[in-house]
Amino acid sequence: MWSSPFLTTPVSVSQIMLRVLYALIPGVALYVWYFGPAILVSITLAVVTAVATEAAMLKLRNRPLKPFLSDNSALITACLLALSIPPLAPWWLIVIGTAFGIAVAKHLYGGLGSNTFNPAMVGYAVLIISFPAHMTQWLAPGMLSLLQLPFSAQLSYIFSGHLPSGSTLDALTMATPLDTLKTQLHLGLSVDEIRSMPIYGYLAGKGSEMVALGFALGGIYLIAARIIPWVLPAAYLGTLFIIAAVFHQIDPEHYVGPLFHLFSGAAMLGAFFIFTDPVGSPTTFRGRVIYACSAALLTWLIRTFGGFPDGVAFAALLMNMCVPLIDAWTQPSVFGKKEGKR
Amino acid sequence: MALSGDSFKAIEMRTLHHFHGGIHPPTHKSQSTGTGIATLPLPEKLVVPLHQHVGNCAVPEVRVGEHVLKGQRIGRPEGRQSSAVHAPTSGTVAAIDMQTVAHASGMPDLCVTLIPDGKDEWIAHAGVDYRNTSHTDLRHMLRDAGVVGLGGAVFPSDIKSYSRHHKITTLVINGAECEPYITCDDMLMRERPRDILRGAEVLRELLYADEVLIGIEDNKPEAIAAMRKALEQDGHQHMEVIAVPTLYPGGGAKQLILVLTGVEVAAGVRSTEKGVQCFNVATAWSVWRAIAHGEPLLSRIVTVTGNVEHAQNFEVLLGTPVQELVAYAGNKPDTGRYIMGGPMMGVDLPNSSVGVTKATNCIIAASPALFPPPQPALPCIRCTRCTDVCPAELQPQDLYWFAKSNNFGKAQEFSLFDCIECGACAYVCPSHIPLVHYYRYAKSEILVRDHDKRAADLARERHEFRQFRIEREKQEKAERLAQKERAAAEAKAKAVTELPTQVDPAADADDTQQLRIDAALARAKEQAAAASPRNTELLTPEQRSEVEAIEARRAKIHKIASDAGADDEPPKRN
Ligand code: SF4
Ligand code: SF4
Repeated sequence: MWSSPFLTTPVSVSQIMLRVLYALIPGVALYVWYFGPAILVSITLAVVTAVATEAAMLKLRNRPLKPFLSDNSALITACLLALSIPPLAPWWLIVIGTAFGIAVAKHLYGGLGSNTFNPAMVGYAVLIISFPAHMTQWLAPGMLSLLQLPFSAQLSYIFSGHLPSGSTLDALTMATPLDTLKTQLHLGLSVDEIRSMPIYGYLAGKGSEMVALGFALGGIYLIAARIIPWVLPAAYLGTLFIIAAVFHQIDPEHYVGPLFHLFSGAAMLGAFFIFTDPVGSPTTFRGRVIYACSAALLTWLIRTFGGFPDGVAFAALLMNMCVPLIDAWTQPSVFGKKEGKR
Repeated sequence: MALSGDSFKAIEMRTLHHFHGGIHPPTHKSQSTGTGIATLPLPEKLVVPLHQHVGNCAVPEVRVGEHVLKGQRIGRPEGRQSSAVHAPTSGTVAAIDMQTVAHASGMPDLCVTLIPDGKDEWIAHAGVDYRNTSHTDLRHMLRDAGVVGLGGAVFPSDIKSYSRHHKITTLVINGAECEPYITCDDMLMRERPRDILRGAEVLRELLYADEVLIGIEDNKPEAIAAMRKALEQDGHQHMEVIAVPTLYPGGGAKQLILVLTGVEVAAGVRSTEKGVQCFNVATAWSVWRAIAHGEPLLSRIVTVTGNVEHAQNFEVLLGTPVQELVAYAGNKPDTGRYIMGGPMMGVDLPNSSVGVTKATNCIIAASPALFPPPQPALPCIRCTRCTDVCPAELQPQDLYWFAKSNNFGKAQEFSLFDCIECGACAYVCPSHIPLVHYYRYAKSEILVRDHDKRAADLARERHEFRQFRIEREKQEKAERLAQKERAAAEAKAKAVTELPTQVDPAADADDTQQLRIDAALARAKEQAAAASPRNTELLTPEQRSEVEAIEARRAKIHKIASDAGADDEPPKRN
């Protein structure tokens, strides 16, 4: 039996996911440019783990492999997680995070489309709670690092945990610009004093601000290609900007400015790639506004007052939880049944 | 002069409104507009269904073996909502029996099989001047001429051209023709614009409408030009031809009404309540033929397209077997199926020997190359592409979820019955979920349950009433017996001089009286139950008939859903 409509668009889930992956390219390229190729290793590790875990879980759940493996969604989870954690870290870190994200957050919740929480963010949360030390050692951008480690030595560190004699991890890595800001504020420095430290550039952290710009570029492509709704990144970044600007205006000594927030940490990645995950975000326009604004507020609160260096992942997970409620609250009225219409 | 200049300006400045969503599927229209409307040669036989309209089936009024003339009535309208059916040509009635008809359900229906005699001999017929004929008579003529909505809804036009309670300000004439492939209205407007406008004038008169707005999608510039020229030629007042943006489903009556007038007609509401009525251009044309020439609806324009050598529009006698029609257009050998209507809302015909009906606007010969089998469905990723295109402003992804999990209450709460089954959501879904199948499934399931529940309620009431009656009769019997015995005893006691006791016939009369009252009460109760508001009660007769068809498809839908893919188990009935 065959029934209407007999036509469909050729657009498929795997194409959509593939475009999201393309959109990550500018950000990743700038990452490599400023921080070296180690990120490519963690992306590769994450991708291999994601695909293997996905295949294993599909087998366990008795689902056909082909349509689901080719939907490319696991690849996005892998890339987002790899981009959220330090690249110079032991191989098992990313493997554990990815495997947990895919196996538990995605498949135990019912697989593609049914996962309440963003699998990459669940992976991130597990890692930062279980291995906090590894999660704060970020590669310093090439121009700042005291010591240049050849790529082969980085590889050897990732896989064996050994650094060449004479080099220490501390010389290679640093805390993130967000982290440094927080620590130094605690130590009593003012925002202006901290901002003049060499790790900071025009907008936020040297190097990382450019990577954030790269993600924003990719995100704009996604909006133009109608892959993501514009309202989510607009509401998120707008709210983050406004909150940060208001507090910075009130007390510039203690509250860093809005651009710093936008171009630090995972804000851009979050705005265009994480909060826009369709599975974990609301389906109504008003719902999206509420969701993105609340996420921005949470991000700012966690960054400013919380114990973790960045607030994006936890904001995403908390907001994921609220989606069914938000959707239920914001059901729009249907054709012909709007108030105030004749 | 200044005044006409102003009014001209006003026309130029008419602001169109927008409906939510919509899609731009490839139109495939130019294939069938290269040549004009051709007439199909007389077929060997005609299979004319007696139920080609919304409402009661027409009652056959010819006998097998009888010779009929072209235009002779062969089916008499039955009841208020019905329409007449006529012999499309002269010939002999060969059979009156159940045959498969061109309908989604694939169910057989009563048909008259006619063997043409080749003479095409008309019955005596004559038109009237509508300006000096009473409205009642005009409407009667329409009903007797079998004029129904030719846009596909086949609702009797005599009923639609009457609005007792509401003032009609705007009569919308629908020439939008938004579905891909279909060009029958386009060609009709190009070739016969004057009669369309005259028909519209009759309808305007019947409805006392202030203005007539003719909406045509702007991908039909020839039709727009032809209609505008005819309008000018015949000097029609209060009438305007308006080009509307090409956007599917902009030809849906509610969508077109919104675009032209800004009025939103909610599901279950008649547009007349909002002061608007809408007719298709082909209907307007048939109205004119029926009124001015006394010609009943015997044929219609059908687009034959798809996998054929020369796609074209034909003037086709009702009842012409679809296979003869496609063969004439040069059917290609790899045609596997036939779609009646467009690719978005059309139906897969049960077979190709069914006859063309008043609802057949288009036949698409479908080959696997033109219409590849659907891809396996993936789970919904909540991307809301469906929501973005839904003209009814629903949340298709939620409806899908509720339908799939048999959560019908929720589905109704989320306005399932407001879905017009336009297919826009399924068209854009990147997971290739057959969304509309799920909605049809859920709708039919809800109606069936509603019906079952009503039947069960009725049965229970009847049962209770029966129990009550039996119980009461028992009591009364016992009572009578006791009375008798008492009487007998008294009689005995009072000695033998008294009158003999007799069974009082009045008691039985009372009984029947009470029975009648009880039955009436039960009936009233039943009616009250039926009248209590339910979501499904909102359905217009068109929707109801649609839904009836859906019921028949239900079993098949299970199959589709199970074919639909991996994570998509078929919805199960509880
Ligand atoms: S378009 Fe398909 S996948 Fe996207 S939300 Fe709608 S039903 Fe789900
Ligand atoms: S088929 Fe129904 S739900 Fe889908 S787009 Fe059309 S009206 Fe909306």
